[in-house]
This record gives sequence, C-alpha cells and structure tokens, in this order.
Amino acid sequence: MRTTTRRSHRLLALAAVTALTTGVLAGCSSDSDDSDSSGSGNNSGGGKTTLTIGTFGVFGYKQAGLYDEYMKSHPGITIKENVTTRTDVYWPKVLTRLQAGSGTDDIQAIEVGNITEAVQTQGSKFVDLGKDVDKSQWLDWKNAQATTADGKLIGLGTDIGPMAICYRKDLFQKAGLETDRTKLAAQWKGDWNKYVDLGKQYMKKAPSGTKFVDSASSVYNAVLNGESERYYDKSGKVVWDKSNGVKNAWDVAMSVATSNMSAKLKQFDKPWDQGYANASFATVACPAWMIGYIQEKSGEAGKGKWDVAAAPTAGNWGGSFIGVPTAGKHQKEAVELAKWLTAPEQQAKVFAKQASFPSTPSAYSTLKPAAATTEFFSNAPITQIFSDSAKTIPAQVFGVKDQPINTALTDIGILQVEQKGKSPEQGWDAATNEIKDVLGQ
Amino acid sequence: MTSPKQALAHPASSVEAAPGSQPGAARGADGRGTPPEGKGPWRSRLYRWDMKASPYVFIAPFFVIFGAFSLVPLLYTAWYSLHDVQLSSLDTQTWAGLDNYKNLLSSDFFWNALKNTFTIGLISTVPQLMAAIGLAHMLNYRLRGSTVWRVVMLTPYATSVAAATLVFTLLYSWDGGMVNWLLDFVGIDPINWRESDWGSQFAVSSIVIWRWTGYNALIYLAAMQAIPADLYESAAIDGANRWQQFLHVTVPQLRPTILFTVVVSTIGATQLFGEPLLFGGVSGSKGGSEHQYQTLGLYMYDQGWIIGNLGKASAIAWSMFLILLIIAAINLLVTRRLRKSQ
Repeated sequence: MRTTTRRSHRLLALAAVTALTTGVLAGCSSDSDDSDSSGSGNNSGGGKTTLTIGTFGVFGYKQAGLYDEYMKSHPGITIKENVTTRTDVYWPKVLTRLQAGSGTDDIQAIEVGNITEAVQTQGSKFVDLGKDVDKSQWLDWKNAQATTADGKLIGLGTDIGPMAICYRKDLFQKAGLETDRTKLAAQWKGDWNKYVDLGKQYMKKAPSGTKFVDSASSVYNAVLNGESERYYDKSGKVVWDKSNGVKNAWDVAMSVATSNMSAKLKQFDKPWDQGYANASFATVACPAWMIGYIQEKSGEAGKGKWDVAAAPTAGNWGGSFIGVPTAGKHQKEAVELAKWLTAPEQQAKVFAKQASFPSTPSAYSTLKPAAATTEFFSNAPITQIFSDSAKTIPAQVFGVKDQPINTALTDIGILQVEQKGKSPEQGWDAATNEIKDVLGQ
Repeated sequence: MTSPKQALAHPASSVEAAPGSQPGAARGADGRGTPPEGKGPWRSRLYRWDMKASPYVFIAPFFVIFGAFSLVPLLYTAWYSLHDVQLSSLDTQTWAGLDNYKNLLSSDFFWNALKNTFTIGLISTVPQLMAAIGLAHMLNYRLRGSTVWRVVMLTPYATSVAAATLVFTLLYSWDGGMVNWLLDFVGIDPINWRESDWGSQFAVSSIVIWRWTGYNALIYLAAMQAIPADLYESAAIDGANRWQQFLHVTVPQLRPTILFTVVVSTIGATQLFGEPLLFGGVSGSKGGSEHQYQTLGLYMYDQGWIIGNLGKASAIAWSMFLILLIIAAINLLVTRRLRKSQ
C-alpha cells in the first residue's frame, strides 16, 4: 500500500515537472529575441499626452527628426516609438493585442503583406480614417489596399516600394557588359528573361568570386511584384497554383536557380549583408527602401560603384500603412499625428533621409535624395526612375495568407532547387505541400 | 502575519495547558497560559489555523504564479487544440474535436519534426553528457585555480542563446565561415551547413553541446565530490588504476545523477527551439528548405505564429506534453529497475 502511494506521488511530481516545463513553452512562445516595451499611451504628469507608435524595421520618422518637429509644434504631446525589428515577430503580437483590446500602441504600423489580413479580420479594431483625410493625396491602389469591404479606411499609406535594378558598374565593366543605365534598361525592357540572358552573358566573363544576382528568390519576388495576379483572386479565393503571375515568376526564378548565376544568399540574412560588403553579386532588384540598406551595407568601398537602372517591369515591393487602433486612449490626437506623418511634406522628408518612397504623388516633384545617396549611386536620377516606376505599378490583390504562401515558394521551393540541387518539379511539389499545410488542406 | 516563533510555541499550549500563568505577561505568551475568558478560544483557534495554514501560505506564491502562467495556459491550450482557431480571429472558435490531432498524425511535417527532434536530441545529448563526465572527472583532481576552471565551464551556460547562435551561425557560414575555412586545410569541400541534412543537425547540436556541457559537468562534479574517498582508497589497494577507478567507482556512484541529467537534457531536447530558429535566420521557423532541422518546437511556432493556425499549434504543444509524460514514465521504470538491481 505504502509503495503505491509513494509511486503515485512520484508520478504526480514528475507530471508536475513536465507540466511546468511544457506549460512555459505552450503558454508563450513569441517573446524570443527582439521585443519592445508595451503599453499604450498614458498621461504623464503636467497634462502632457504621450502617444506611442508601434513600428517594425526602420521607419525613418525618428531619423528624419519628425517626432521632434511634431513635439515642438505640439507642446502638449510626447511621442514614443516602440520598434520591433522583424515583422514576423511584430505582427502576431499586434494581432493578439488588437483582439484583446489592450496593450496596443496609439498608432500601429501595418506592412503591406499583412494589410489584407488586417482589413478582412481586424477592420472593426481600427478607427476609420477616411473621413478625416483627403484621400486623393494617395495613390488609388494604396488606399484600396487599406479599405474594408464596407468602405472603411483603416490605414494611411506611408511609403511604397517601386522597384528598379541596382547594379555594380565596376563588375559589369569587367564582365564586358554595357554599363550605361539607360542602355541597360533598354536591353531588358519588358521581359525578365532578357535580364536572365544578360546574367548568362555576365557569368561567361564574371570577375572571380562574383555572381550576377544575390538569389533566385529575390528575382522571383521582383517578377511577382510586377504581376497583377498573385496568390488570390479578387473574390478572396486562393488561386496561387493557377496564377499566371506566379507561374511567370517561378519560371524566371528557375532559370536563375539552375544556371549558376546566383550567389545563393537569403535576403536580410547576415551573409547577404556581407555579400554587399564583399561585392559578391553584381545586381539586385531594389525597391526604393532598399537604397539606404545597400548604401549602409556596402560601405565606403561601394561608393560610386553602384548604379540604378529601370527594372524590366514596374512593380511594387513592400511599403506600409499606419492605423489607429480603437483600443487607444488618445484616438483624436493619434489620428492627427498619423495624418501629419503621412502628409506629402513629411513623406518627402523621410525620402530625403533614407529614400523610402512616398505614396503621395504630389510629393514626387519635390523629392530630393540625400547628396550622399546620389553620389553613392553614381549620380543616377533615382527620383526619376522610381517615380516612373510608381506611376505604372499594377494594382495587386493580396490575400490573408499571402506571406506564408510566399515564404513557402521562396524559402522552401526555390531554396531547394537553388541550394539542394532539386529539380524545378521537385521544388514546385515541395512548395505545393507546404502551401497545403499553410492553408490547412 | 504571525511570526514562526509563535507558531512553534503553539504545540505546547494545545497539548497541555500550563498552570499558573502570569496575568501580566507579554501578549505573545497568552496562548501558553489558560486563555482569558471570551477571547481565548478564538485566539487558540486562530493559532491552530495559523499553524496549519502558514506552510501553505508560504508556498502559495509559487502555486499562484504557476497556476496563472502555466496551468491556465496549459488547460487553455488543451481547449484550443480541440478547436479550429486562427490567430487573426481568436474569438471565433469552431469545435473541431480531435481533427487537429488526426491532422497531425497524418502530416509528414509532424513526423519529420518528431524525427528531427529525436535525432538532434541524440546528437546533442549523448556527446554532451559524456564530455561532461570526462570534464568533471578531470576537474575533480587537485587542480591549480580550480575555481577559475569551474567558472570558465559555466560561461557558455550564462551566454544567451541568441548571442551564442549568432556566433555559431557565422562560424558555420557557407561562404567564408571559419568551419569551412578550416575544413579547406584538410582538403574537404565547403559544406552548406544550413541546407545539408546531417550538417545542419550537427551544427544545431553543436550549439546545444557548447552551451550545456559545462553546466552538466558541474552537476557531475558536485556529485563526484560526495563520493567517499575511502572507496577510491580501497580500490587503489585492490590494484585498480585510475581508469578502472573511474569505471567501477565513479560511474556507479554517479548513477542517480546521470539519470537526473539524462531526464533534464531529454526534456530540454524535446523543447529545442531557440537554437534552430536563430540558426535558420530569415524564416528560421521552417527549419531549412526541407525542414531538415525543424524541431517540434519550431513546427509549433511556425503553425501558430507564422501561419496563424493556433488550433493546430496547440495540438502540437499537447502532443509534446504527452511525449514528455511518456519519457518521464520510461525514466521512472528505468530508475526502479536500477534501484532493484543494486
């Protein structure tokens, strides 16, 4: 008798120990690496209102001095920015806080990859900004992406990501290719396959240790972002495996992956950063917001060696919105600040600081990149190139699971072909299985 | 709160009422004498209650926090695992019964993650514990500056997962990483550590080994120092050399400790998460393009927070819990078998 109770006690203790250890894991799992300080705006003494703004990556508002400027003209307001580095950490956190109705910031940034999910599932958790602003300031498709089915505008456009091709003039020259940006653009105009052909030509005389492009996935993204059809149709149905846009982008990416012209890097990984510093690839499809990144990672050594040419097709990659959650305590003040931050004048200031491209066309004529940027990119007329691209970007339909589907294609399918030597068919099948898992089919 | 001293003083009063108590004595002594009319029974009841409840009150904070942050989430996770719940619409939960679990059992991804968890666990735990015993054995000798060595052993454990993994990721970098650079000297072609099947598992395991070997070595060292010296003396008299002493005296004496570290390491291996996630870099929750190092923890995170399928992620969490219970049960059996054989 006594032994049995002792045994059951021990079992119980073991169960408790395991429960404790797994419980910790099951309970919370997102607070791994980078986190922010939470909490919505609270009144700090003296009648001052503190507005918090939750962002990810580098929005550039602080860097361009916009917060300081606003606080100076509005003495009753203090602005605090809560930055989370990665969107895949930022967004789940925002989703749970929105639904809990607490812990949100007064202003919450939303990446374009998440905007459809926000519009379709969190519409009621955001203030309708449509009545407070002059919508005609923004590009139509930008507004459309943040508008719910019943016409609510839940986010104001910040930047957009018109794309160009950034290339290393010095490497092109060594490989015996054309180096003039206008002539280059003319060579591949309208067809990404011509860009790949140029890559093949580059590889014949490639300077040692260099490849034509950073990765096949980046080419895939670049092509797809210029297609009008992505993973979902207008009715919200998943059509990724029948989409012409996906097929086209996949085929181009496959010819990159199978012809040894890619440096096989993963974008935004450490080795990718080092690739800039070591000049290990000659071209990269660059949305406007990547301009500052290239400049920073290439460092002094890359100065005057990079140039920018128009991409084969115009496309938009990335860009964001800022919305005001209804859970916020200072909604009126937050709306004012959001309006001010996204106004054309302010967007132009952010562009001048880090080349994030405005979503408000009226700002285009006033855009002036920083002198250092112009110099870095061989005096390329980047404002001109990006505005031209911005004007012809096709309106794209996004879906709720756009990002996981995209990850399945790039980081499973394409990566297998590029780095594991699988055939394009095997890569496609792997991506198909992954997407089935994503969609719960 | 009543002081423990009063609680201790109490038994005497309840067993026998001491006669002749002084009326003017200090308040604390009241309980020892015959209690004054009216107030007394209440007070003595209070004392009795205090005696019984105090221990529970003292340990309560742990259980309250455990309940709030472990038990409730644990049960809530169980509830979630029986529903279809999406991260973007937490309030709409539709009953799914055991669908999530059935889905897992028929999912290649789940079995793959389970297999990876097992192999990575094996590659990381076995060498780790063996190295730890070896290190502990060496540290157990009279050494110059032994404290320094012990502190050095514990440094990797004190390093954060993120920092350690970042450094290892650079070491294992395909292009220009130190490991490939060293391999180049012996004529081995560069290995794509992140994408190769066994290479990635080895790389992830090496981070775990690096971080935990010292910690386990110190646990072994503590146990070794508790082994009576006369055991070694008599072994030496019997003519056993150092290796034989280690094998026939140290290891058997360490048995309970070894079991403890095996259990703790197994639990740790089952939950392996941070190292592979950060090792993978961008979209690290996939654990490589073929999920070649996606552990159960990563699969759960990927389902729940990247894909947004919280119902299925909860089912994975509970499956992990059940797996741990099974491991615990096996451990219990082994322990008992070992005790009997002694």
